[in-house]
Amino acid sequence: MTRPAISDVAVGQSIGARTVEVGRGDLVRYAGASKDFNTIHWNDRIAREVGLPGVIAHGMFTMGQAVNVVTDWVGDPGAIVDCGVRFTRPVPVPDPGVAVVEVEGVIGAVDPAAGTVRVDLAVTFEGAKVLGKAQVVVSLA
Amino acid sequence: MGVNTAYAGREYPATAPYAVGREHLRDFASAVGATHPAHHDVAAARALGHPDVVAAPTFAVVIAQKAEAQLIEDPEAGIDFSRVVHAEERFTHHRPIHAGDELVTVLHVDAITERAGLAMVTTRCEIADSDGAPVATVTSTLAVRGADA
Repeated sequence: MTRPAISDVAVGQSIGARTVEVGRGDLVRYAGASKDFNTIHWNDRIAREVGLPGVIAHGMFTMGQAVNVVTDWVGDPGAIVDCGVRFTRPVPVPDPGVAVVEVEGVIGAVDPAAGTVRVDLAVTFEGAKVLGKAQVVVSLA
Repeated sequence: MGVNTAYAGREYPATAPYAVGREHLRDFASAVGATHPAHHDVAAARALGHPDVVAAPTFAVVIAQKAEAQLIEDPEAGIDFSRVVHAEERFTHHRPIHAGDELVTVLHVDAITERAGLAMVTTRCEIADSDGAPVATVTSTLAVRGADA
């Protein structure tokens, strides 16, 4: 797998999109793998007590899922040199059912001198942005 | 009790080494839906020039949160974890994390600001390998709501 050539990349270009379905089981699995056992991610009663609508997804789960669009485009996870997000809205995860999160990556900037591009991620739930300033810098050198 | 703003500027001693395991990297990648072969298959990772399977780009949060517990779980810091919401997270990778790495972390409390019943706590984890070479910088901001907010 070779990385895309920086000369072929233009600002505004879409690098891919995907739909992520999030169920309670996905949060349990993420809690185990990440060791983030905060009760608001698995206990409705506690989540409501602290003013949430119910169990919400770990922000880091959503971020981790969103970045996959970039990894799969660039072809090497080692090419990702920087990624940052703001968590602007929670993603409530129903039981039963799933929350549906939409992810799209668009080239936000190209730096030929550094050999890097910035991918801006649009991550939405029910039409509203859940990650703000979600930016991933990728080395194409 | 509110968040103790006197903790701003604090730097903690380096953590004990964190051993990055191959199965853990696979489990974490699966948990975030990261299906790229370099996270799972040693041969695929080596074909890209990596010594072993590569961590997903957000895996460093596991190491960072373990280090951040030094602050979060300190009763004197006054952070009620049930009132914490994650506000921001950023990873700067100086090199990819691989299975077999032994990583040490120095936790810095970069800022604690309070306004309108909300405390914003920004930490920075400087993660380095066993030779002291920088591996990742993880910056995290937590919003802690006051008891009456």
